[in-house]
Amino acid sequence: MAEALRKDFKIIGTRPVRPDGIPKVTGTAKFGADFSLPGTLFGKILRSPHAHARIRKIDTSKAAALPGVKAVITGADFPEQKNEFIGPERTAVNFWYMTRNIMAREKALYEGHAVAAVAASSPEIAEKAARLIEIDYEVLPHVIDVDAAMAPDAPLLFEDMTTRGVEPAPTRPTNVSKRLEFKLGDVEKGFADADIVLEKTYKTEAVHQGYIETHACLARYDADGQGELWSSSQGHFVVRNLTAKLLGMRLNDLKVNPAEIGGGFGGKTVVYLEPVAMLLSKKAGHPVRLAMTRAEVFKASGPTSGASITLKIGIKKDGTIIAGDAALRYQAGAVPGSPVMNGCLCIFACYAIPNQRAIGYDVVSNRPKVAAYRAPGSGIAAFAVESTLDILAKQIGMDPIELRLKNATRIGAPMLGGGKMSHEGFVQTLQAIRNHPAYSAPLGPNQGRGVASGYWFNGGGESGASVYVNADGTVVVSTGSPDIGGSRASMAMMAAETLGIPYDQVRAGVSDTTTVAYTHLTAGSRVTFATGLAVVGATNKVIEDLRARAAKIWGVDIEAVDWVDGCAKPSSSNVGKFEALTLKQLAAQASATGGPIGAAHAVNAAKQAPGFSTQLCDIEVDPETGRATVLRFVVAQDAGRAIHRSYVEGQMQGGAVQGIGWALNEEYIYDEKGRLANAGFLDYRMPVASDLPMIETVVVEVPNNDHPFGVKGVGEVNIVPTMAAVANAITAATGKRMSALPMSPPRLLEALGRPGKEV
Amino acid sequence: MSSLQYATPASVQEAVALLAKAEGKARILAGGTDLLVQMRAGMVDPALIVDIKKIPGLRTVTREGGGYRIGAAVAGAELSDRADISKDWPGVVEAFDLIGSTQIQGRASLGGNLCNASPAADSVPALVAAGAKATVAGPGGTRIVPVEEIPTGPGRTSLKPGEFIVDFVLPAKAAGTGDAYLRLIPRTEMDIAVVGVGVCLTLDAAGVCTAARVALGAVAPTVLLVPDAAKALVGSRLDEAALQKLDAAAQAACRPINDKRGTIAYRTKVAGVLARRAALIAADRARTN
Ligand SMILES: Cc1cc2nc3c(=O)[nH]c(=O)nc-3n(C[C@H](O)[C@H](O)[C@H](O)COP(=O)(O)OP(=O)(O)OC[C@H]3O[C@@H](n4cnc5c(N)ncnc54)[C@H](O)[C@@H]3O)c2cc1C
Repeated sequence: MAEALRKDFKIIGTRPVRPDGIPKVTGTAKFGADFSLPGTLFGKILRSPHAHARIRKIDTSKAAALPGVKAVITGADFPEQKNEFIGPERTAVNFWYMTRNIMAREKALYEGHAVAAVAASSPEIAEKAARLIEIDYEVLPHVIDVDAAMAPDAPLLFEDMTTRGVEPAPTRPTNVSKRLEFKLGDVEKGFADADIVLEKTYKTEAVHQGYIETHACLARYDADGQGELWSSSQGHFVVRNLTAKLLGMRLNDLKVNPAEIGGGFGGKTVVYLEPVAMLLSKKAGHPVRLAMTRAEVFKASGPTSGASITLKIGIKKDGTIIAGDAALRYQAGAVPGSPVMNGCLCIFACYAIPNQRAIGYDVVSNRPKVAAYRAPGSGIAAFAVESTLDILAKQIGMDPIELRLKNATRIGAPMLGGGKMSHEGFVQTLQAIRNHPAYSAPLGPNQGRGVASGYWFNGGGESGASVYVNADGTVVVSTGSPDIGGSRASMAMMAAETLGIPYDQVRAGVSDTTTVAYTHLTAGSRVTFATGLAVVGATNKVIEDLRARAAKIWGVDIEAVDWVDGCAKPSSSNVGKFEALTLKQLAAQASATGGPIGAAHAVNAAKQAPGFSTQLCDIEVDPETGRATVLRFVVAQDAGRAIHRSYVEGQMQGGAVQGIGWALNEEYIYDEKGRLANAGFLDYRMPVASDLPMIETVVVEVPNNDHPFGVKGVGEVNIVPTMAAVANAITAATGKRMSALPMSPPRLLEALGRPGKEV
Repeated sequence: MSSLQYATPASVQEAVALLAKAEGKARILAGGTDLLVQMRAGMVDPALIVDIKKIPGLRTVTREGGGYRIGAAVAGAELSDRADISKDWPGVVEAFDLIGSTQIQGRASLGGNLCNASPAADSVPALVAAGAKATVAGPGGTRIVPVEEIPTGPGRTSLKPGEFIVDFVLPAKAAGTGDAYLRLIPRTEMDIAVVGVGVCLTLDAAGVCTAARVALGAVAPTVLLVPDAAKALVGSRLDEAALQKLDAAAQAACRPINDKRGTIAYRTKVAGVLARRAALIAADRARTN
């Protein structure tokens, strides 16, 4: 599409005000917990106090008998699901496990695992009723760490689970749910040809997405079998589909209304409360509200995997990376489904390495089931590969960016998992950091600089949109994509640019599941790309209609009418002498020319382009306390093309900030009984504003030719390099190499006590 | 949740009477930044809340005999606003000012910080180092208690049933005296001290330390006054050898636990580091005072 090469945009690339800004700052915006209906009941979930326990018996009779209690449910109230993995391997789901994670059946698999729920006329009664539920637990030995869970004598979460992906199929039960292997070239030969081979093991801890809004929803199940939900999520169509499947409902019997969302970062791509609230409502005959506390969010909603990675890289003295071999062991949480396949496919994706292999293990342990988190799986892998490259650059005396440039992937480079790199952009992010003044700025004592890079697929997929022209010439854009990062503004901008009208003439909103075509999650950095395509597609249909109406008014063929700068114009002087008709004029005559003007469009967008980011971190480490202070941080990222510049920069800053938290202080800490010790923001130490410098951004724009405006997707890759960039900076500052996250003061001080200089 | 009574006594006597009548089911409310959080978390469930902020003197700071009398419910922000006390006892003021955020500073009190009895309470090591004393009122009258004798363990104090703290007295500051408080938190705000150290010392005209008090927070069940650490400084000019002795004495006094906030090894080591650093700041302040 030629338009991607256009540079003369009027609206794309500017920074107009977002439509949801004023409601959010004045407090009128409605989030998941802000909905209520007459007669709404208060739900409460009872959760397991044990990390691992067999549920011998649940007695709900006392709770049910408490005045004010309208419904009590347990896992047995949900329909059973088939134990099968459905969908493409990378995102496969298994409803047998999902329903057990929503509410425990045979066993409680982690502290905080839901085991029963009540609905009552007040929160106090619900609370009291939950305490009256009697559960006979047989406490079992538990396992938290991923390497420990893989050990042959580890306590088993599922006594009959065997490892998928191994030939011949093993019979011995294990916590390893899946093994994956991807290969290119001949790794052994590659290592034999290398001048230096470095093998190292890295560890990362589970970290939470840390969204401020806790999960919350309101559910109503009516006597006619129709259900309606209000909830805050990253995709109300997915909430609808999962809830319907888990409850055995038809898709048109369930309507889901999107609430504003107070952060998701991948963590709100799944359901926890919605099926429970709906089932309670069905049983009680009243609407039911459910909301998690912060502690419940930490204990029972998805963090991302902690992991253990063994990585071996072979390099020539001239800096050519000749072989890479990785074993990635990712925590899935209590049921299968870690992002380890992403880790495998991303780990070497920035580099054209002739011989590579990645082996992945998906491992269950007594922790909450992981959920997506910003480029799920890739940042963990990048921590390993980008740390190792930093070491190797020093060992061969090469500038770290030079080393990356020398091996940078280019169009046509084969990739693990099949396929070839089909887009540029990586080299440009490396150059952007090398050319940035920060790269050569002087450093003081105890300070160090690190760089690292990262890759993320970015997503495409299904999206729906509609565009309507009102009688006064204003335009309404509706999509099925919950707006997390300012996408309503971006959608309105793309529609306005396409129509050739000012931004403030277009209003964009998010519609419920009955008013727009199926739209997949706001995830995978896909919305501006895929939903943007749907909006542009609907807008183009509207333009076609507008041209047809002008043609009708003028009595000419549609081919004789062009749409230019928001007006219908004769395509040449041969057509006749007609005054241009503005959108406003055409809108005013709509009744006479065929009725309301509007169109819907739906896409299954392919050809998304991957994201690349290269980042620079300057850090100072207090040599006596091990406390690290980030002094300067620069993010270069290829956006394809920035639609709304501020929101692109905001994504870049947000990803880096989350990565800095992951690198320095965030971690799930368990006590000896397998209970989470830091289920709150006081002790789960996400960075606060005063911990950080202003994150500097360099928006690199190498357009994606398969999008009308060149969009690639910008939401995720910005977290991928961050942990390694911080680790590399710490090594530069201290002469110690940190191979485990988080690099918190106690761990760093311990490392500072090690003798000798490390690279 | 049972029914909850709320009272605002207008005098110390009235408050003491209310507390006595409630037979242990009452809680004092100053700023509420600990109490309300604990009530919401279900950790405490009082039948009566006695708000002491309406009692005359509880929210005022007055000069007295060259020192200061600080009402037990004076908020952090109110103390930081006082130029005189900020100049005389910068360590106490900076410690109090570290508590929480701007919002918390509008409510949090010294009495609450002390009586909540967290080993990591920020203002307490500074108060102990400064030699502050608490005025305790109760059914048996009024007694004066050194601050370090109030906490007896996490969440526990030496206050008897019906007793509460009315105010604190900071002594007149001797010439050449300076104080300082330092804490370590992994973040910059909104965190709990992994280690806190308060130091108050006096230098003579020749720069020799003639008196010192060193108090450690978050390294034992209560804030510790460490005489050996003070001894390391007295008689020295805070040279490297004296600082090393101080470091060692501070470390030797530590009896911390391993928990989510820090390890035994880490807390111990950092207590020594912060003691040295706080001593140097206190000495700087002593010289310019
Ligand atoms: C967001 C946040 C951040 C915080 N940050 C810090 C921090 O950085 N450092 C820190 O040390 N603390 C911190 N705290 C804890 C708290 O703010 C402090 O301990 C504060 O000083 C408590 O004072 P208050 O007046 O609010 O106490 P209250 O909550 O009113 O009282 C606390 C306890 O002391 C008792 N009490 C209060 N006054 C008296 C009295 N005069 N006599 C007898 N008993 C009394 C109460 O009954 C209660 O048990 C933080 C709290 C929050 C919520």
